[in-house]
Amino acid sequence: SITGACRAIQKLTRVRVVDNSALGNTPYHRPPKCIHVYNKTGVGKVGDTILLAIKGEKKKALIVGHKMPGPTMTPRFDSNNVVLIEDNGNPIGTRIKTPIPYILRRREGEFSKVLAIARNFV
Amino acid sequence: FSFSGSRIDSDGKPAKFQPPPKPVIIDKQKQREERRFLSPEFIPPRGRTDPLKFYIERKDMIQRRKVFNIPEFYVGSVLAVTTADPYASEKSNRFVGICIQRGGKGLGATFVLRNVIEDQGVEICYELYSPRIQAIEVLKLEKRLDDNLMYLRDALPEYSTFDMNMKPVSRLDSEEIPVNKLQVRMKPKPWSKRWERPKYNIKGIKFELPEKKMKEAQKWSQPWLEFDMLREYDTSKIEEKIWKEVSEALQK
Repeated sequence: SITGACRAIQKLTRVRVVDNSALGNTPYHRPPKCIHVYNKTGVGKVGDTILLAIKGEKKKALIVGHKMPGPTMTPRFDSNNVVLIEDNGNPIGTRIKTPIPYILRRREGEFSKVLAIARNFV
Repeated sequence: FSFSGSRIDSDGKPAKFQPPPKPVIIDKQKQREERRFLSPEFIPPRGRTDPLKFYIERKDMIQRRKVFNIPEFYVGSVLAVTTADPYASEKSNRFVGICIQRGGKGLGATFVLRNVIEDQGVEICYELYSPRIQAIEVLKLEKRLDDNLMYLRDALPEYSTFDMNMKPVSRLDSEEIPVNKLQVRMKPKPWSKRWERPKYNIKGIKFELPEKKMKEAQKWSQPWLEFDMLREYDTSKIEEKIWKEVSEALQK
């Protein structure tokens, strides 16, 4: 069964990996789930790092969009999108086709490599 | 032949030259009543607040409208909005989408645009009177059967996709606004809201549910609501006054 509308990302939310990494795109019998949010509150918004459980492994990821409506003028996506990331901040995939919000550019220093592989911005 | 000069009156004197009657031109366009559109955020909500507050807010809204043109649009029209964004390339950001909801009153009026980009549904809520908005362009002006198109989230993505480089659809000023009687097909259930229930009163969905489910949904109907006199809010007189005020102020 599918849970009702829980919008921002917290522990045990199922997420959608949007880059073209092998880990994110190979099918597995369990969807990738968040197991920890690196935040004072356990709620992850756009730009937060989370720990994901994919294919029996633990991987860090960056939230690039969620279903929860944020501040006005920011986009709200129809799915919780996430980009797989290494511990030092390097993305694992090489291309991101889905649109990324411009807000991420504020922290250009930490996310420069992720923003470099992104194709579309909203 | 009879020249007017040679006409002789009953008095015996030559008749004065009568010019032919001027043709009367009936301008049908002006005869048709000028279509009035008052943006819904001008109408104050029902309550006990001092009308002075709404008057001051209206003055500010008119001031903004004098500087920046906010076109007429309805829920269901396709708009292109350019905003000023410090983090975007060229410092401005253009988004095209269908308006699914218009909310808020006064200066905080918002509208939500929806589009599907690269198989990802994106919705952005813009504030009409925000100074960050640089241009609002109406690409396609039309109405739909409902006031609120939130069900497009659960409809097939083809109904929410609009090309980012869409050209504006031309239309004459005097035509009535077309109502698009499109019935939208939905994705399989579960939906984010139970749109078949009478509380949402949606006419724009082609429900392909079995008869049993439709009858079961009618169990939640509240037929007494439309006769509830305490919920009535007649805005016609308020609208007349505000329309006069706003149109006079904008014409100055």
